[in-house]
Amino acid sequence: MSPVKIKENFQQARWNEPIIYEKSRPNVRGILPPKADKEIVELVGDVVSKLPDGIRRKELPNLPEVSQKHVLAHYIRLSQETLGANLSNDLSEGTCTMKYNPRVNEDLVAETDFAELHPHQDEDTVQGILEIYHKFQKVVKEVSGLDRFTLQPGGGSQAIYTAACIVRAYWEDKGEADKRDEIITTIFSHPADAATPATAGFKIITIYPDERGLPDIEALKEAVSERTAAIFMTNPEDLGMYNPIADEFVKIVRSVGGLCFYDQANANAFLGVARAKEAGFDMCHFNVHKTFGSPHGCSGPASGALGVTEELVKYLPVPLVEYDGEKYYLNYDSEKSIGKVRDFIGVSGVILRAYAWSMAMGAKGLRECADVSVINNNYLEKKVLGIRGISSAYQGNDITRQEQIRYSFEKLYEETGVGSNDMNARIVDYGIPSFWSSHHPWLIPEPMTLEPCETYSKDDLDEYAAVLQRLSDEAYSNPEILKTAPHNSSSHRRNDEESLDDPTKWATTWAAYLKKHR
Amino acid sequence: MKKIGLIVNPIAGMGGSVGLKGSDGLEILEKARALGAKPKSSYRTTQALEKVSPFKDKVEIITYPGEMGENAARACGFEPTVIGSIDKDNTTPQDTKNAAKDMKKLGVDLILFAGGDGTARDIYDSVGISIPVLGIPTGVKIHSAVYGQNPKRAGELISLFVQGKVVEFKEQEVMDIDEDAFRAGRVTARLYGYLKVPFEKRFVQSRKSGGIKTEEASLEGIAHYVIDSMSDDYIYVIGPGTTTRSIMEKLGLKNSLLGMDVVYQKKLLANDVSEEELLNLIKGKKAKIIITIIGGQGHIFGRGNQQLSPTVLNQVRKENIIVVSTREKLNTIFGSPMLIDTGDSETDNMLEGYYKVVVGYDDFIMYKAMS
Repeated sequence: MSPVKIKENFQQARWNEPIIYEKSRPNVRGILPPKADKEIVELVGDVVSKLPDGIRRKELPNLPEVSQKHVLAHYIRLSQETLGANLSNDLSEGTCTMKYNPRVNEDLVAETDFAELHPHQDEDTVQGILEIYHKFQKVVKEVSGLDRFTLQPGGGSQAIYTAACIVRAYWEDKGEADKRDEIITTIFSHPADAATPATAGFKIITIYPDERGLPDIEALKEAVSERTAAIFMTNPEDLGMYNPIADEFVKIVRSVGGLCFYDQANANAFLGVARAKEAGFDMCHFNVHKTFGSPHGCSGPASGALGVTEELVKYLPVPLVEYDGEKYYLNYDSEKSIGKVRDFIGVSGVILRAYAWSMAMGAKGLRECADVSVINNNYLEKKVLGIRGISSAYQGNDITRQEQIRYSFEKLYEETGVGSNDMNARIVDYGIPSFWSSHHPWLIPEPMTLEPCETYSKDDLDEYAAVLQRLSDEAYSNPEILKTAPHNSSSHRRNDEESLDDPTKWATTWAAYLKKHR
Repeated sequence: MKKIGLIVNPIAGMGGSVGLKGSDGLEILEKARALGAKPKSSYRTTQALEKVSPFKDKVEIITYPGEMGENAARACGFEPTVIGSIDKDNTTPQDTKNAAKDMKKLGVDLILFAGGDGTARDIYDSVGISIPVLGIPTGVKIHSAVYGQNPKRAGELISLFVQGKVVEFKEQEVMDIDEDAFRAGRVTARLYGYLKVPFEKRFVQSRKSGGIKTEEASLEGIAHYVIDSMSDDYIYVIGPGTTTRSIMEKLGLKNSLLGMDVVYQKKLLANDVSEEELLNLIKGKKAKIIITIIGGQGHIFGRGNQQLSPTVLNQVRKENIIVVSTREKLNTIFGSPMLIDTGDSETDNMLEGYYKVVVGYDDFIMYKAMS
C-alpha cells in the first residue's frame, strides 16, 4: 500500500489581484463597437432621445474601463486563486454534499436542443424537458414515498419556504390561520427551517437537544398546543445523528392537529433506506443540486424539490408538470394553490443533470451511495477522533454517525490557543479548502463539519486525516504557524471579524464599499 | 499609545489554595498564610502581560507600587508609571479602590486588574461603567462575567486592545458572593453591578456568541415583542439586568438596573421595590414577572432578584413568568439548565420545568429550568 501523501510543497498562486474596478483606467476600452452606418442613422435617428425621460440615464454607468487582455488576465488569476469543487479534496464542506459531478452531464445541458429552449415556448415544443421533469418527479416520489412534487423552487431554502406557505394556506383554508401561528423547529435543524417560516409570518419555537444530542422530546411535548401550525425538522441533523424516533415527534405534533415537514437536505445518508412517508410526514424536500449530483457551490445553481401528501397537493405552486397519457402539459388549474414561488418551472439544467445522475445510478446505486457515504464518514471519524485535541459533538453517546459529523477543537483551543478559525486558515496551506465550521451560533465550540460523500476514495480520506494530524502536531509544537496562516495560499486572513456582523461596515458590492469606506 | 491602568490584588486566590473558599477579610487572610498559602496573583499577572509585551511601544502602563502591579510590569520588561502608595504586604480593598479612582483621574483607556469577585466589586465601586475594565482571573471566586478565560487569554485580548483592534464593549455582571455562606457550602449571590468589558468574539468566556450587533438586534426584538404582547389587565414586574432594561428603555420609563421595577398599562408604578412593596402592589391583581438569566451561570431565581420571594412567586405562579434572553446569553449556558434557588424547595418545584424563553420578536427557545 502506498504511504499517505500530504501536499508538502503546495504553493498556490498569490496574485493579490485587485478588484476589477481598481484596474480601471479612464477611456480604456475592451471593445469599440463600430458606428452605425449612415443609412441606418438616417433611417432610425437618435434612438436615445426617443426613450421616455424616466428611463434615460442622466450619467454614464460606473463600469470598469479595462482592455480585453487585462480582463482575461484578471479572471484567469482569480481562477488560479480558488480551491474549488472537482479540483481538491473538498470533503471539507460538511452539510454541502460535495461529490463528483459527472462531466458527461455537462455535455447534456450544453446540447443545443436543451440549451436553446426558452421558458416562454409553447408546451407542445418542449415535451422533452417536461417528460424529464415528470420522470424525475417519479424518482423523488419513490425516494420519499410522498404523493406529488413541485420542482419550481430555486434551492433548498426556497423549497422550505414553499412548505411554510403551504402550511399557511392549509390553515387559512380551515379558517384557523389566526390561531395556528406557531411553527416548531430544532436548534440543529437547518436554519432555513426557522428562517423561512418566520418570513412566511409564523412565530418560531426552537427545541434544544437532550443529553444525547437529539432533539428533546419532552420539550416538544411542552411546546405543542392549539397554536401549533407545524413542525419543521431536519433528520439527520448536521451533527450527523439520525433521530430514530422522528415518528414519535410526528405523533406529538399530530395530537394537536399540526402538520409535519421533513427537511431532507441531508438525504445522502438514507437514499433507499428510510422515507418521509413511513415516518409519517406530510411534506419533505430535497436539495436536488446536492444529493442528486449536480455541480453547486459557486459552480452551479441550486434547485429544490418539495413533496407533499395527496391532501396538500391542492396548495402546491403552479404550474404543475403533468401527463395526460398522450402529452406532458403545464397545469395552472389549481384554485387553492399558493401561486408561484419563482417564475416558470424551476432550474431545468439542474433537473436534467439530476435525472441523468439518478438513471445512471439506478435504485441500487442510490442505496449504495448512502451506504458508501456512511461508511466513508465512519472510517474518517475513527481516524480524526484519534488526533490529539479533536473531539466530536456528543462523542460516545452510542449513536452511530450518518453521512457527516460536527467535530470540535475545544480541547485543542484550551491547550494551545489554536481554534477553528486558525485551523481553517492553515489547512489551505496543504491544498485543502477551508472546512465548514458550523451554522451559527457555535453551540459546539470551535467546530468543524466534514462530509465525505460517496465519491471520495480511501486515499482522499487518509490524506485528509493526515493533514489534520499535521495541523494538530503544529498546534502543540508551534502554534504561531497556525495563528499567522495561511502562508502558501492565495487567501488572506480576515483582520476584522466583527465587521462581518456590522451592516454599517460590510460591503458585498463595489458600490457599497465606496459608500461605506471611501 | 494606549494607557492601561494595572491593579494587582496581591492576596487574591490565597484562600482558595488552602481550601478556604475566598480571601476576603483580614482574619481569613492570616489563616491562609498560616496554612502556607503563597501569593500567586502577581505571577499570573505576568502570564497575561507577557502577551502584551510585544506591543510595548504602543502602551503606557500606570500602576500602583510593588506587589500591586509594579513588580509584575517590570518582570515583563515594562517601564511603568508608578503612582500612589501602599503598606507593603498589608494591602487592603481600599488600596484597590484608591488605585482605580487615581487611574480614572489620569485618563487611562482601560483598567486591567488581577483578582476575583471581591476585587471586581471594589473596582465597580470606584469607577462603575465609566471606563473599560478587564479582569485576569486570579481570585478564588470567579462568578462575575468580567474576566478573560485565563491569564493568557486576558493578555491576548489586551494586546488586541492596544493595537486598536477591539472597539466594542459590553456591560457584564459583577456578582457579589457572601463568603461566609460560601465557606459554609451555600452560594448566596446577588447581582452587584456591571463593568464595561472589552468585547471580542474569540475571547468571551463561552465563545458561543454571535457578534455584538447581532445581540443588539436581538435585544431590540425582545423589547418590541414584550411590549406588543403586554396586556392592560396585568401588572408587569420587570427584573434586573441589561436585557430587561431594554424593555424599560423602549417604554421610555425610568428603570433600576439592579432592582425590580413595576409597570402597569405601560406606565411606571414604582422603581426598585422591596418584597413587601411588591406584595402590596400585586395584592388581588393579576401580575406577570419578566426576568432574564444571569449570563454564564443560568440563574433565573435566587440570584440578583431576592425580592421575588417564595411568597411573591407563589402568588404569580409559573405560567405568568416570562423569561427573556438574547440567544447569545442563553447559549453561554448551553448544555446546562436554567437554575432556580429561591430558598424554598416547594416553590422551586413549582417553578421547575420548561420555559418558552423569548429570544427575539416572535422567536422562542424551549429551555428547561431546574432547582
